[in-house]
Amino acid sequence: MEVDQPNEQSDASKWSGRWNHIKKVLERPSPFAHPDFEASSEILEFMQENCKLLVIGAGGLGCELLKDLTLNGFRHIHVIDMDIIDLSNLNRQFLFRQSDINKPKANVAAEFINKRVKGAQVVPHFCKIQDYDSAFYKQFHIVVCGLDSIIARRWINGMLISLLEYDDDGNLDQSSIIPLVDGGTEGFKGNARVILPGMTACIDCTLDLYPPQVTFPMCTVAHTPRQPEHCIEYVRMFGWEKEKPFGDIPIDGDNPEHITWICHAACKRADEYGIQGVTYRLTQGVIKRIIPAVASTNAVIAAACSTEIFKLATSCALPLNNYMVFNDVDGVYTYTFEAEKNDTCIACSQKPRNLTFAPKTLLRELIDHLCEDSTLQMKRPGITTTINGKNHTLYMKSIPSIEEATRPNLSKSLADLGLTDGQELIVADVTTPNAIVFRLKITESETKS
Amino acid sequence: MIKLFSLKQQKKDETSTGGKRKATAAQLRLTKDMNDLQLPKTCITKFPDPDDLLNFKLIISPDEGYYRGGRFSFSFKVGLNYPHEAPKVKCETMVYHPNIDLEGNVCLNILREDWKPVLTINAVIYGIQYLFLEPNPEDPLNKEAAEVLSTNKRQFEQNVNRSMRGGYVGNVYFEKCLIK
Ligand SMILES: [Zn+2]
Repeated sequence: MEVDQPNEQSDASKWSGRWNHIKKVLERPSPFAHPDFEASSEILEFMQENCKLLVIGAGGLGCELLKDLTLNGFRHIHVIDMDIIDLSNLNRQFLFRQSDINKPKANVAAEFINKRVKGAQVVPHFCKIQDYDSAFYKQFHIVVCGLDSIIARRWINGMLISLLEYDDDGNLDQSSIIPLVDGGTEGFKGNARVILPGMTACIDCTLDLYPPQVTFPMCTVAHTPRQPEHCIEYVRMFGWEKEKPFGDIPIDGDNPEHITWICHAACKRADEYGIQGVTYRLTQGVIKRIIPAVASTNAVIAAACSTEIFKLATSCALPLNNYMVFNDVDGVYTYTFEAEKNDTCIACSQKPRNLTFAPKTLLRELIDHLCEDSTLQMKRPGITTTINGKNHTLYMKSIPSIEEATRPNLSKSLADLGLTDGQELIVADVTTPNAIVFRLKITESETKS
Repeated sequence: MIKLFSLKQQKKDETSTGGKRKATAAQLRLTKDMNDLQLPKTCITKFPDPDDLLNFKLIISPDEGYYRGGRFSFSFKVGLNYPHEAPKVKCETMVYHPNIDLEGNVCLNILREDWKPVLTINAVIYGIQYLFLEPNPEDPLNKEAAEVLSTNKRQFEQNVNRSMRGGYVGNVYFEKCLIK
């Protein structure tokens, strides 16, 4: 077997044997492959030339993911992260150097990878995921998340679900599926999962797998503290607002002056109750709700996620079904299970239903339709919608102050309300366990549902 | 199991269609919660901006118990992570109450350690109303009030009345919150 000689030739294309290890998997049949898998040299070409990935987060997991994916042969990768590099990142976020401190993570990571891995074309986005709309997310074949925020996870989950398309019989158009590979780590624990939006359990289906942040009972914090954390929490909840040490501003966990002030105040309280152990680090940990990151856990989880992306993109093996847990607190423990799709999940259980109206239809007529249509028979529907990222309440009868404010909308036409073709309406009613999403079809022809 | 990609499948770089951005799960859930609100007759809600279901006020006017005749305002802030996280509730009326401190913090288990996503805004409102019917000296935030309640109910009642009429209890001044 030929051995790679990267030092002798700098041109990647002439580096013979560069992709031998990948080709062994992609150019030979395998009992583990997807039933429709056909070994061919075109698969590697697809990976390198066409397949477009989005990596969300350029932190601990993100650095590992970018390295793994590009060394695997993927080239067209976008990375999005709103953070800048902090000194404390450098021990594990290995694409960053001391001189990169205060620069955007996404940009530095992309530049490093593009320089280091021949052929890589990583495109950075220094912003929030919420800054882009569906047109941006549509361009990707697979999205991978290395985030520590549940809000952001749920957001991208909802975004990918909203991109699903159904035909008139309600059948899912499989080409509209963008798989979501999600990695998460917390100290020595981690997980990797594969979500096929609309088909398998989504983030919201399994929200109980993400335990809510530890909260201490308020009365314990206020009157019977026993742990140093209780004292810090006390200052966070009561002391900050009362004393406003830096004026009327919220606590900034990244501001050392804020943490120092809280730490001192918490020490004082700890002394009163004879509690030991309030330190600057602990204070920052409690305020920022930090669990120390472990480089090896990130590496394992990122590797698992990258492998899943490789399997999804090439069909050379069946993907993880669908949740892998990893724990190396004490030895190594790992197992997989199938997280179940929740039939009443608010994010993925329903396909948008169509409602067809003429633009001059009044909102009142639309509501009458919801109540009178034999398949709906609603009682007192409340309707909200989102236009240009801003929520609007169109009508809601059950809350007097809102009813009064939105009553004039009843006699406005859909066009006057700014509702155009394709607009989604959220309709809640006592007759259904969840709010229902309707997609408005606006045509000049006659009203039908 | 589906095979996801045909080879050479190219995803389109579409230009923005704008405006059709999909609702978040929080928005779906909140629309449902709000539409299903069924308030006891002692409670009303006020939404300064009807488009903003995340921020509103609850006004409770108890018709029985120690706080009968008073009028208490609470601010609700619902986060984007609702219902994974409980709404944030503060009492805006200064009240002499064992479970509400003078800064307006409310000690209600379902607002913190016992919050679960299956709970609703309605459940929180009922929980707060219950605090006015059955103040609980076991879970004190205002320790002085709790002590009086557990040792001398008549004194507690007098203190509540004095605070609601507007006046001092101990060295703390309470604004009037009685309605005629
Ligand atoms: Zn779901």
